Amino acid sequence: MTLKLPIYLDNHATTPLDPRVLDAMLPYFTQDFGNAASRTHAFGWRAEAAVEDARESIARLMNAESGKEIVFTSGATESDNLAIKGVAEYYGDKGKHVVTTVIEHKAVLDSCKRLEKEGFEVTYVGVGKNGVVDPNDIEKALTDKTILVSVMLANNEVGTVQPIAEIGKRTRARGVLFHVDAVQGIGKTPFDVRAMNVDLASISAHKIYGPKGVGALYVRRGKPRVRLGAQMDGGGHERGNRSGTLNVPGIVGFAKACEILEREGAEESKRIRALRDRLYTRITKALPDVIVNGDLEQRLPGNLNISFACVEGEGLMMAIKDVAVSSGSACTSASLEPSYVLRAMGLEEADAHSSIRFGIGRFNTEEEIDYVADLVIAKVRKLREMSPLWEMQQQGIDLKSIQWAAH
Amino acid sequence: MAYSDKVVEHYENPRNVGAFDASDPEIGTGLVGAPACGDVMRLQIRVDDEGVIQDARFKTFGCGSAIASSSLATEWLKGKSLDEAATIHNSMIAEELSLPPVKIHCSVLAEDAIKSAIEDYKQKRAARQALSEPPVEVRAEERPAG
Ligand SMILES: Cc1ncc(COP(=O)(O)O)c(C=O)c1O
Repeated sequence: MTLKLPIYLDNHATTPLDPRVLDAMLPYFTQDFGNAASRTHAFGWRAEAAVEDARESIARLMNAESGKEIVFTSGATESDNLAIKGVAEYYGDKGKHVVTTVIEHKAVLDSCKRLEKEGFEVTYVGVGKNGVVDPNDIEKALTDKTILVSVMLANNEVGTVQPIAEIGKRTRARGVLFHVDAVQGIGKTPFDVRAMNVDLASISAHKIYGPKGVGALYVRRGKPRVRLGAQMDGGGHERGNRSGTLNVPGIVGFAKACEILEREGAEESKRIRALRDRLYTRITKALPDVIVNGDLEQRLPGNLNISFACVEGEGLMMAIKDVAVSSGSACTSASLEPSYVLRAMGLEEADAHSSIRFGIGRFNTEEEIDYVADLVIAKVRKLREMSPLWEMQQQGIDLKSIQWAAH
Repeated sequence: MAYSDKVVEHYENPRNVGAFDASDPEIGTGLVGAPACGDVMRLQIRVDDEGVIQDARFKTFGCGSAIASSSLATEWLKGKSLDEAATIHNSMIAEELSLPPVKIHCSVLAEDAIKSAIEDYKQKRAARQALSEPPVEVRAEERPAG
């Protein structure tokens, strides 16, 4: 079999649509195109039936009690915004304090920043060197005024899985609502909203081989029943939580993606983890001075985030341009700042600049992994030959002893 | 970000990668940038007695544009007098490589590296002259070649 280039290893950014998902969606564009809110004819009824079935499939993947707890959105950015701002709006009278972590996605962090402008206080809890938050640190941050804690299930850069169950125990005991951004972790690492005492959870279809532009927010209905201030006003769809005509084909595809994960997720994770370990072992056997960023065990199966000492991340990405990956290097962000997640983990800035994120997914093959490993090894060697830092390090010069002129 | 053809060409076939012995009196070395900022360039020139750059080498830790900027700089330096070399401006490098605005700092760093290498060479030469200042004047032209 011949290898097809380019190779996609950026499955944290988005995933390809599973062909089975596409098949499920297609009828809802043309034949069954009805508006799920049309109560007066069969077109509407069929669309509504499809959406209600979809709610159940999505609810099942996270072990929610019922499909009624699922609010459809345009994606997890909107779900995160709705959860945080919606809780703040509804419960703000009870207290104006929110707790989150420094490694959350921008959709969470910037929603919190917005609350700060509106008079809320937000505590950003740090993480250990391994990229995992300590549940006791979350507990210590809670005050009488805390109304919400928001912690992600798995980090999108380093793939570290956070101790959701441990945090859920503590928030439930204190009567504080608990939101989880489960975008990266759902279907890949255990997630059970009931067992873990989660009150709100954001998920997104395009990260699980579903279509882009559709997401959901789980909103607990039973003990405690969670209420939200709506952020989108209009026709009162989604029980008033989120107005707007539902994206029926997207929702059907989302549900299909969840059904596939529910059935195949455990097996798939094993296979993907084996590929990840293969990539890691091959690279580290051949190359010295490779640092894994984030805990290697408490981690998504498909994530490998590593820094190649003395090789700049964007430079390396250019050398392996037939392989789609991403980097925590400053050069890849508009801000020219290296990844805030890696810095929050206490990584040296130089190592943050040297980081590459490999995101392995459903459609990657062993052949692709071997190709990528060989390519990375060859290019890192070449770039190290060109790196003044590597030369100095090999000569035993401590790079930290040099007075670098910042620019 | 899409790279220009010239950046790609220099990146894939970098000119003059390597190192000269920095303690050699004919060599000027410039080391600029910082690991924490994501780019470090070391640029070296070999200067003859006439003050003409005979050869140049670089090693760079950085993105493709930083590597291409330093590769181009070494090409331009060869055959230039120190004074001519000092006129190389970052905008010339940026223009030649069609660097986008976010990559201009790579060309600035290359200019800094050139200036720093020239400065290093001049300082070494001045120090050497101060040390070996003969009692009777021996003009540069009369010194044995070597
Ligand atoms: C952890 C996390 N939260 C939220 C989002 C945003 O999801 P969406 O693209 O559906 O808006 C992403 C995707 O980048 C993510 O990785």
